[in-house]
Amino acid sequence: MTTTVAKAEEGTASPYALSHLDSLESEAVHIFREVAGEFENPVILFSGGKDSIVMLHLALKAFAPAPVPFSLLHVDTGHNFPEVLEYRDRVVDAHGLRLHVASVQDYIDRGTLRERPDGTRNPLQTLPLTEKIQSEKFDAVFGGGRRDEEKARAKERVFSLRDEFSQWDPRRQRPELWNLYNGRHAPGEHVRVFPLSNWTELDVWQYIAREGIELPEIYFAHDREVFRRGGMWLTAGEWGGPKDGETVEKRLVRYRTVGDMSCTGAVDSDAVTLDDVIAEIAASRLTERGATRADDKMSEAAMEDRKREGYF
Amino acid sequence: MSTITSEELSATTLLRFATAGSVDDGKSTLVGRLLHDSKSILTDQLEAVERVSASRGQDAPDLALLTDGLRAEREQGITIDVAYRYFATPRRRFILADTPGHVQYTRNMVTGASTAELTVILVDARNGVVEQTRRHAAIAALLRVPHVVLAVNKMDLVEYRESVFAQIAEEFTAYASELGVPEVTAIPISALAGDNVVDPSANMDWYGGPTFLEHLETVPVSHDLAHCHARLPVQYVIRPQTAEHPDYRGYAGQIAAGTFHVGEAVTVLPSGRTSTISGIDLLGRPVDAAWTTQSVTVLLSDDIDISRGDLIVPTKDAPATTQDVEATVCHVADQPLTVGHRVLIKHGTRTVKAIVKDIPSRLTLDDLSLHPHPGQLVANDIGRVKIRTSEPLPVDSYADSRRTGSFILIDPADGTTLTAGMVGESFAAPEPVKDESDDDGWDF
Repeated sequence: MTTTVAKAEEGTASPYALSHLDSLESEAVHIFREVAGEFENPVILFSGGKDSIVMLHLALKAFAPAPVPFSLLHVDTGHNFPEVLEYRDRVVDAHGLRLHVASVQDYIDRGTLRERPDGTRNPLQTLPLTEKIQSEKFDAVFGGGRRDEEKARAKERVFSLRDEFSQWDPRRQRPELWNLYNGRHAPGEHVRVFPLSNWTELDVWQYIAREGIELPEIYFAHDREVFRRGGMWLTAGEWGGPKDGETVEKRLVRYRTVGDMSCTGAVDSDAVTLDDVIAEIAASRLTERGATRADDKMSEAAMEDRKREGYF
Repeated sequence: MSTITSEELSATTLLRFATAGSVDDGKSTLVGRLLHDSKSILTDQLEAVERVSASRGQDAPDLALLTDGLRAEREQGITIDVAYRYFATPRRRFILADTPGHVQYTRNMVTGASTAELTVILVDARNGVVEQTRRHAAIAALLRVPHVVLAVNKMDLVEYRESVFAQIAEEFTAYASELGVPEVTAIPISALAGDNVVDPSANMDWYGGPTFLEHLETVPVSHDLAHCHARLPVQYVIRPQTAEHPDYRGYAGQIAAGTFHVGEAVTVLPSGRTSTISGIDLLGRPVDAAWTTQSVTVLLSDDIDISRGDLIVPTKDAPATTQDVEATVCHVADQPLTVGHRVLIKHGTRTVKAIVKDIPSRLTLDDLSLHPHPGQLVANDIGRVKIRTSEPLPVDSYADSRRTGSFILIDPADGTTLTAGMVGESFAAPEPVKDESDDDGWDF
């Protein structure tokens, strides 16, 4: 990169040109309003991670001064960061939202799902998610997935049709032209909607900074007891770590993504403010999933396989 | 490495552009170099690509693997679907719709071009303008992409000769302007050697224009809105009905074209009722004026019946409504479109029933020849259709407004997106080409 930042120049200096954050915001708001206009019972997948927090912020702006016409759904793996659960409940309270929870632990307790030998619960989320969508008859399900995250996601539509088993068939996707989204679906089917499709990780952070959006503290550098597994720093805890040979140490870390504790790694970081985080991401040479997600390292097509089965 | 503050990065604009090229013209190399030289390929991505390329016995990393994200694509070594890539320079954020060259070619390029402000058409300097180049130019012209870049690639293989470039640029520009393409920028490059992609070439002193990336960074992304018809499709009516806002009634939508002002007299279509804009709410901030492509909520001074699907327009500049739509379409579904087909038409935020009354002709993009009365259109066909709608629609000509001049046809039975349509004449030029069916009465 060059060392000077060129401001809008001749040719781009039109007073009508929107900044990239304004363009992305306007596009996402348009998507939320299309869904509100065309669907009966939409829900926002809300994990307490930064992408779902930005989704909720956009939804609040899209319908203000009226309340958000959607409820929230959290798929709870049982391995949550306590700071994130606390944040979730506070946000739900503050905005008078309705929260649904689909619990992986309940499925394990009932014997419907079985704990995997590696202790990872990420792949176990698909069944509780799908059954909750069916039982609550959600017809549109907002996800915070972004196309820049992962190459199977790069092929995802903004409106993505799912059958009654939540399955995704990448070869039978509807072409999406202009901003004309096609939300037609049969009873039992639903549409996954991705308002942040065109956002990058950096856009999300810049938007958080611009809008002054509050995040769970684990996104910023803090001292934490961690241990090394599969090239990542994982948080020690009841979910299954450390095991034999793994040693716990205290490090200055932060999380770039928030997911199941068993497969979400922390990164060494001293970024304590939003500007620190933005500078760190702008300089990072690793993608956020490459740096922090054990589940995507399983195979070349790990994400595609999970998406086909109905994952987020 | 510079430090860029969030404020400076926020000030950048966004350019959506599309690339088109056939298999061997170096499109992957160009895109790869753009991403690589703008430091948009990250270490773990590059390592993964290198690993897979090496395991296939390839010498160099195959950058197509970066977005050939589907198992079927990797197995077959082809790109099946439009791939969106994201990169940024300190000047601008880019969204690139990278359209594959072989499978479902037309459908994918039409999809990519529909939201693009700029299309890059690649030619091999050794081959010049070929049939496929003409096809790409025709799609860019049909979709009214405002800016077209002709990237004359592999200049290193023609000794960087100016005469080769000049001849290709001249031939292409002449063809494109016949089709009504408003602007062509020709750039001589070597994607492999890096000439004029990001850095100026040391081998082509005779070229005084911008490099490829410089052009992408500086091309205007918005136009003279004063001359655009203002259009606001209503997506949703916001009525809080709360103690705090008992009477608030706002019409939410994304401005499809032009500018709206507080105090302006507006008409609501198709009803034809009129009122005055009493306020514009720009996502929580009251403003005096708003323009495309802002998402806004508009308040009117009269309590009139407005709902999703209506179009708010300036009273002095309202389009006619019609139940008879004539358009150029690209058929995108596997099942054919036939005369008599009962469909749904989605135009703006309104979806109504419609019937395909006639398919007067099909267009061959290679030579722009017309085939009268084909009876049906199959996937990737471009053709003219006449549609009768069950309710009047306020359509604009696509030439005037890409958003309110476009529509999709949907199969009411299974919801398939059948066809993408552009209202009005196909190309901007009045009599661009001669064809064998002059007596048919249809000119493309």
